[in-house]
Amino acid sequence: MQCQRCGERPAVIHLTTVVGNTHTEQHLCEDCAAAQGIQTEVSLDKFPVGSLLASISKGAAGQLPAAAEGGRCAACGATLQDFRDTGRLGCAACYEAFAGPLRTLLRRVHGASRHIGEPYAPPAGAPGAEAAPGPATTDELRTLRAHLQRAVDAENFELAARLRDEIRSRE
Amino acid sequence: MTLDLDLLPDGGVPWLDASGPEGHVVLSTRIRLARNLRGHAFPPRADDAEREDVRDQVLAAVRASGALGRSVVIHVDGLTRLERQLLHERHLISRDLAGLAAGAAVRHGAALVTDGAAGVMINEEDHLRLQVLRSGFAPAEAYADLERHDRDLGARIAFAFHEEFGYLTSCPTNAGTGLRASVLIHLPGLVLTKEIAKVLQGLTQMGLTFRGLYGEGSEVVGNLFQLSNQTTLGKSEEELLDHLGRIVRQVVEYERQARDVLLRNAPTVIADKVWRAYGLLRHARSLSFEETMNLLSGVRLGVGLNLIGDVSIYTLNKLLVFTQPAHVARRAERALTDPDLPAIRADFVRRLFDDDARRGPRGTGAPEEA
Repeated sequence: MQCQRCGERPAVIHLTTVVGNTHTEQHLCEDCAAAQGIQTEVSLDKFPVGSLLASISKGAAGQLPAAAEGGRCAACGATLQDFRDTGRLGCAACYEAFAGPLRTLLRRVHGASRHIGEPYAPPAGAPGAEAAPGPATTDELRTLRAHLQRAVDAENFELAARLRDEIRSRE
Repeated sequence: MTLDLDLLPDGGVPWLDASGPEGHVVLSTRIRLARNLRGHAFPPRADDAEREDVRDQVLAAVRASGALGRSVVIHVDGLTRLERQLLHERHLISRDLAGLAAGAAVRHGAALVTDGAAGVMINEEDHLRLQVLRSGFAPAEAYADLERHDRDLGARIAFAFHEEFGYLTSCPTNAGTGLRASVLIHLPGLVLTKEIAKVLQGLTQMGLTFRGLYGEGSEVVGNLFQLSNQTTLGKSEEELLDHLGRIVRQVVEYERQARDVLLRNAPTVIADKVWRAYGLLRHARSLSFEETMNLLSGVRLGVGLNLIGDVSIYTLNKLLVFTQPAHVARRAERALTDPDLPAIRADFVRRLFDDDARRGPRGTGAPEEA
């Protein structure tokens, strides 16, 4: 079924409105539904995340970092297409490789894209710790310092010490 | 390897004792944290060798931390399908780890460390799924335990964590805190008064989600619902738990009101319903799993309303676990497809009621036959 409004794209939103005894049906594509201000997040949330991303990635493609080698994660080789197919990312580095579209996706799924829960700093010398990222951006340092303050406030001194070390090493 | 569940402290189901708060409505509280090791592909993408490496690192960290002192390690990838289903029915492992989904196989390197109440699933869709299960409604206590284990392990192995996105997970729906808290709740009053659809719709609008007895993708049986937080990012762990707690308390209150309405408006109908359920369970000669769950729901309601006095919630919880298909099949040493299972189940239900009636309402651990 084609969209009733633009007649070009397939209709994916089927809206039934009942006002009194009148009952109207609308069949719209996502763009036209959005243009009419129809909230589609609830229905989209029921689909696997892969197809949810597929539905938004056209608009988000411009946000893909150029260094992502045509949308391939340098660490594990996963592509955005893999994610669309399976709904699962390949590895932690995928979050950097696909940061743009993921940020949009996270906002749609969670209503936010920034973690404000418990901070974490990996133990020095633990397996995998050598894969730690290089110098941090000012923004990251600010977040780390905020986490440090919260760890101190919560009297979680073990974590505070690790955060302090992490900040020093990345300054 | 053969699975010996007797090795598990309390048979892996210490929550059955119904000792927790709101135990007559909320059966159990479960919280899990999704964590991954830095520098390794997530389990669905990793190869066998990488998953083995991850498993060994996690097991070494568990041993070194002493976090799960009396725990046992179960190599899930070495179990038969029936044994994996058994662990799943005890809510010790997820459907994913058990490899029970249609067309899915168990993942090489899949393992479980558990002390009964707390555990770590290894090589689920994330490298670690730390989880704690408590009797009744006890999110704060469950989280306190879980946080301790998380800290102990996170100080020994490096978790994948991102300044902006938080804990990184295989599926972005779990990113951020990686925290999913859920309660298994019995809502026959809301179902019978037909208020349930409204309540469930309200939950969804409040950012909660509901599922059946076995979690994701499972159907609702026996009026048992699993309520959990839908999002994991952008709120602190405390906020997520607070929010869930507030809404669950509200749902418990709605359920109480619904039961009051039933007792007030249709006392004979309700009494007849719960006593019929009890009568069938006590005397039937063949019981399907689904019928058993529905009848147990009726008896549980009768106990909650003080209509049935000589059955304990503990007995009902035991029946809930031990009448599930893999449990019945294994006890009788039959296949899951064996046509005699409904008769064997009915026989077991009668004996358990008789035994518990003789022993009195309080027993400990799993029934001897299990």
